[in-house]
Amino acid sequence: MAIEDDVLVVGGGLAGTIAALAAADESARVRLVSYKQSTLRHASGLVDVLGYTPAGDGPLVDPFDALADLPEGHPYERVGNEAVREALSFFDGIAGDAYEGGHTDANALVPTHGGTVKPTARYPGSTAAGLASDDRDTLLVGFETLPDFEAPLAAAHLEAAGAPFVARGVTVQFPGIVRDDAKVTRYAHLLDHDEVVATATGETTARAALAETVRAHLEDETRVGFPAILGDDRADAVRADLADRLGVDVFEVPMGPPSLPGMRLEELLYAALEDAGVRVTTGVPVVDYETDDGGIERIDHVVVDRNGTEIPHRADQYVLATGGLVGKGVRSERERVFEPIFDCHVPHPADRYDWFVDDVFGDQPYARFGLPVDRELRPLDADDDLEFENLRAAGAVLGGYDFAAEKSGSGVSLATGYVAGQRAGTEAGR
Amino acid sequence: MARDTEVLVLGGGSTGCGIARDLAMRGLEVTLVERGTLTDGTTGRMHGLLHSGGRYAVSDQASATECIQENEILREIAGHCVEETGGLFVQRPEDPDDYFREKLEGCRECGIPARVLSGSEAREVEPYLADDVKRAIEVPDGAVDPFRLCVANAIDAETHGARIETRAEVVDLLRDDDDIYGVEVRHESGPGKHTHATAGTTEKITAEYVVNATGAWAGQIGAMANLEIAVRPSKGVMTIMNVRQVDTVINRCRPKGDADIVVPHETTAILGTTDEEVADPDDYPEEQWEVDAMIDTLSDLVPILAEARTIRSFWGVRPLYEPPGTGTQDPTDITRDFFLLDHAERDGVSGMASIVGGKFTTYRMMAEQISDHVCEKLGVTATCATADEPLPGSENVEILEAGMDDFGLRSPVARRSKQRLGSRARDVLETDEPNPVICQCEGVTRAEIRDGISQSGTDLNAVRIRTRASMGNCQGGFCCQTMANELHPTYDEETIREALDELFQERWKGERHALWGEQLSQAMLNYALHATTMNRDRDPASESSTVDFAAFDDGRGAQ
Ligand SMILES: Cc1cc2nc3c(=O)[nH]c(=O)nc-3n(C[C@H](O)[C@H](O)[C@H](O)COP(=O)(O)OP(=O)(O)OC[C@H]3O[C@@H](n4cnc5c(N)ncnc54)[C@H](O)[C@@H]3O)c2cc1C
Ligand SMILES: Cc1cc2nc3c(=O)[nH]c(=O)nc-3n(C[C@H](O)[C@H](O)[C@H](O)COP(=O)(O)OP(=O)(O)OC[C@H]3O[C@@H](n4cnc5c(N)ncnc54)[C@H](O)[C@@H]3O)c2cc1C
Repeated sequence: MAIEDDVLVVGGGLAGTIAALAAADESARVRLVSYKQSTLRHASGLVDVLGYTPAGDGPLVDPFDALADLPEGHPYERVGNEAVREALSFFDGIAGDAYEGGHTDANALVPTHGGTVKPTARYPGSTAAGLASDDRDTLLVGFETLPDFEAPLAAAHLEAAGAPFVARGVTVQFPGIVRDDAKVTRYAHLLDHDEVVATATGETTARAALAETVRAHLEDETRVGFPAILGDDRADAVRADLADRLGVDVFEVPMGPPSLPGMRLEELLYAALEDAGVRVTTGVPVVDYETDDGGIERIDHVVVDRNGTEIPHRADQYVLATGGLVGKGVRSERERVFEPIFDCHVPHPADRYDWFVDDVFGDQPYARFGLPVDRELRPLDADDDLEFENLRAAGAVLGGYDFAAEKSGSGVSLATGYVAGQRAGTEAGR
Repeated sequence: MARDTEVLVLGGGSTGCGIARDLAMRGLEVTLVERGTLTDGTTGRMHGLLHSGGRYAVSDQASATECIQENEILREIAGHCVEETGGLFVQRPEDPDDYFREKLEGCRECGIPARVLSGSEAREVEPYLADDVKRAIEVPDGAVDPFRLCVANAIDAETHGARIETRAEVVDLLRDDDDIYGVEVRHESGPGKHTHATAGTTEKITAEYVVNATGAWAGQIGAMANLEIAVRPSKGVMTIMNVRQVDTVINRCRPKGDADIVVPHETTAILGTTDEEVADPDDYPEEQWEVDAMIDTLSDLVPILAEARTIRSFWGVRPLYEPPGTGTQDPTDITRDFFLLDHAERDGVSGMASIVGGKFTTYRMMAEQISDHVCEKLGVTATCATADEPLPGSENVEILEAGMDDFGLRSPVARRSKQRLGSRARDVLETDEPNPVICQCEGVTRAEIRDGISQSGTDLNAVRIRTRASMGNCQGGFCCQTMANELHPTYDEETIREALDELFQERWKGERHALWGEQLSQAMLNYALHATTMNRDRDPASESSTVDFAAFDDGRGAQ
């Protein structure tokens, strides 16, 4: 017997979870099926809305100003300005105190682990004290065993970027880390549990030892930035404790994968799914679908592969949120680019040598690969007709935008996830 | 008139470095100039097959005999740069029996140990060979690391007093009537190690004798003194797979053709190659059909290649040469032998000889013959010792194996680092400081990166070549920035930023020819990491306009 729901969301990244939450908000019975870890584990945990125009102008102070001028087909143009705002306040409601930035339309400039600054619209509370428009002098602290973040270099880089404060960096040993290749989760765990560590002056706790180490380097700075490893489950407590001991504000600098702020956002979203009563199945891929007969094609059910057993999942409405090239919602072979579940149309040049340009940061066609959709976010075929009546797409699986250049990744996932989920929820309830 | 140096060698490929080592060991004063980094030319862009000679056993027995002799010498003097993989010449049902027989006889005539394996025996050696493979001839082919071998020659030349100048492009030959007495070079950033910040200078270097070992570029050098050297550069593609599907060199046993060799290298396998004459060795088309041909043709021998993930493709140009008047049409028919052009004899211009053609495998023998020639010209009597003296890093391999535990290094990382560093492993890796892994894909640690930097300065591409860092599955997406971090605090922020940009762009260049499937997904991830997470594409530090920080959210309105 098939599993039956009002709305089935395929893909459990930012777009899929928000779509499921928005659909549940419309009182629909919702299920989310996701295969592998989402892009959130790679991403910095920042929620960018729009940092640069497609032409490269920016950093934009006000992203909403620029939304109106986006070209036809851009996901924001499809859903409209108002929906972007609604989606953000929907997110603010879910994230609560964990995220900041909702008090203003202006973008924030967040220092990155490479030492640049990056415009973003919502940032975790842990990065709030580090914003580059805050003119307080800053001490950045790196660790000998974490080569991704070279604090003195990052400080010099911030200065070169014109940041309005003095930044200084130091590299110290992280108390309690004995292996040169300890995972970032090991650092977080030490601090979460405030484990006992050995130092030159005897045994103490991890937080006390770290604060002691940093205090020796602190001069007049009133804030201290660390790579984003300050705790996982108890990140707020770790930060508050360190701030208390040092007598200054403490913040995190977002890092590359595996990214703790990204994982924290993922945990927050999955907790919200549970609260909203969304049924979640992870670790299983959707591999196929069946249509029912009739005019415009309608998806009757999809097929989920559960350890080799094919199980049909039926719903009234479907949301495709399987991600882009990174999440594997868009795939490619030597001859073609395609969407693997429903074989929705993905426009792309026939010659694969036209998929890229020679400048690594140039205007990369591959970065825009994805599905074209109508204003209801329903995928369109090569003739601009609906692929299916009851399928919507959201997030990185959509085409027509380069999230990396624009700094619009999570914002597009939020806005389109919200709209797709809400429409699917209302439609299913009819 | 006193000259700056006795012998001036142009070109820092295997030929030039081999000559520099040979002459320096004979006690001559040598200067070598190279326009890029060592191995920047064909030597850094070749297949890495240490020929047994089997490939030439039918068509060119003189070359085949030289190959097996040099193959045996290199195993002795450069064991740490060679992997003794063995090789198979594999016959498919449609490949001619006659040729198989000629190949086997040819190997025996040239002194190449050869043994016939049945189809099933061959599949026992290499399980991924196609089911219908008919038979194979086993020969002592090997995999050679051209970067390490070339660098080892250069280091040894320096030890014997030679001056090695990289980033020094020859811009003119100094000619006085019918005598060439030196060159003018342009230092890209001043003499010595390459750093990005220093301004360029030019220098005239005079010498008793000039050796033009610029390979495919030899014609350009000749033209500077109105000498015609008809090099016929011929390009070839090599495609790198993400895993090592075979442990043996796999050759197709048929007369000739593109895409007929797979060479295992460290954790990868490299497919090759094509053979197409090009007009300009610095600017030629890198074509899609070439990459497709590698996969389509070689999957006849090793079917899983069709489904496997390719990491990237790269191209090199062979410095082929024909004596005037030979007129061979097809570049695959041009001899692989090398030629020593004595311009005094040939053109009536004294003071210089040019070397063209040849193979990597026989670089040492070529260097010996050229060095003999130079000594004769300069009236020096000294004999060649390069066949007997091990290259730096190769002595005491067993002691090194045993000393492994002392380093306290975890196995896969250490084993490979140690192979890369040879006898220098202890000096480099034994450190009291934390030594985290910088490049996860290839297992390269901080100590090794820093060692590379101490030798190559801010040229991270040279560090990459020395260490293999950034050459694995992720193609540097995850580690380029971490490698650049290691330049700090020796170099300043702006210099480091430029070095990182240069490395990241260079990594992208090679990746472009493997952009589908997993590798396209990887490219998007790398792009996101550098552009989204770090905003390196619009870094305010590198942009001309300034940012109005005060206009943005400072976080203070939040509470
Ligand atoms: C390295 C990196 C850094 C980033 N940094 C930022 C940043 O700083 N700020 C920002 O705003 N954005 C950032 N982004 C972008 C942002 O994270 C993504 O655009 C966004 O998260 C995409 O979300 P998504 O839900 O559409 O897709 P994904 O997160 O990719 O999720 C797709 C999910 O679908 C699942 N799936 C795929 N196929 C199937 C199937 N057949 N059946 C079931 N499930 C399936 C996948 O396993 C995955 O879990 C970054 C992205 C990357 C890659
Ligand atoms: C596709 C391919 C695959 C191959 N595979 C194999 C193989 O598997 N086994 C094998 O044995 N051989 C192989 N070869 C052949 C081998 O790579 C070459 O014969 C050998 O590397 C040539 O070395 P070289 O030093 O003569 O030339 P190069 O390595 O090209 O050195 C010449 C140097 O001169 C420099 N130079 C140029 N102009 C100037 C200037 N104006 N001033 C200063 N310097 C200058 C260049 O930068 C370059 O570094 C292959 C060749 C190709 C193209």
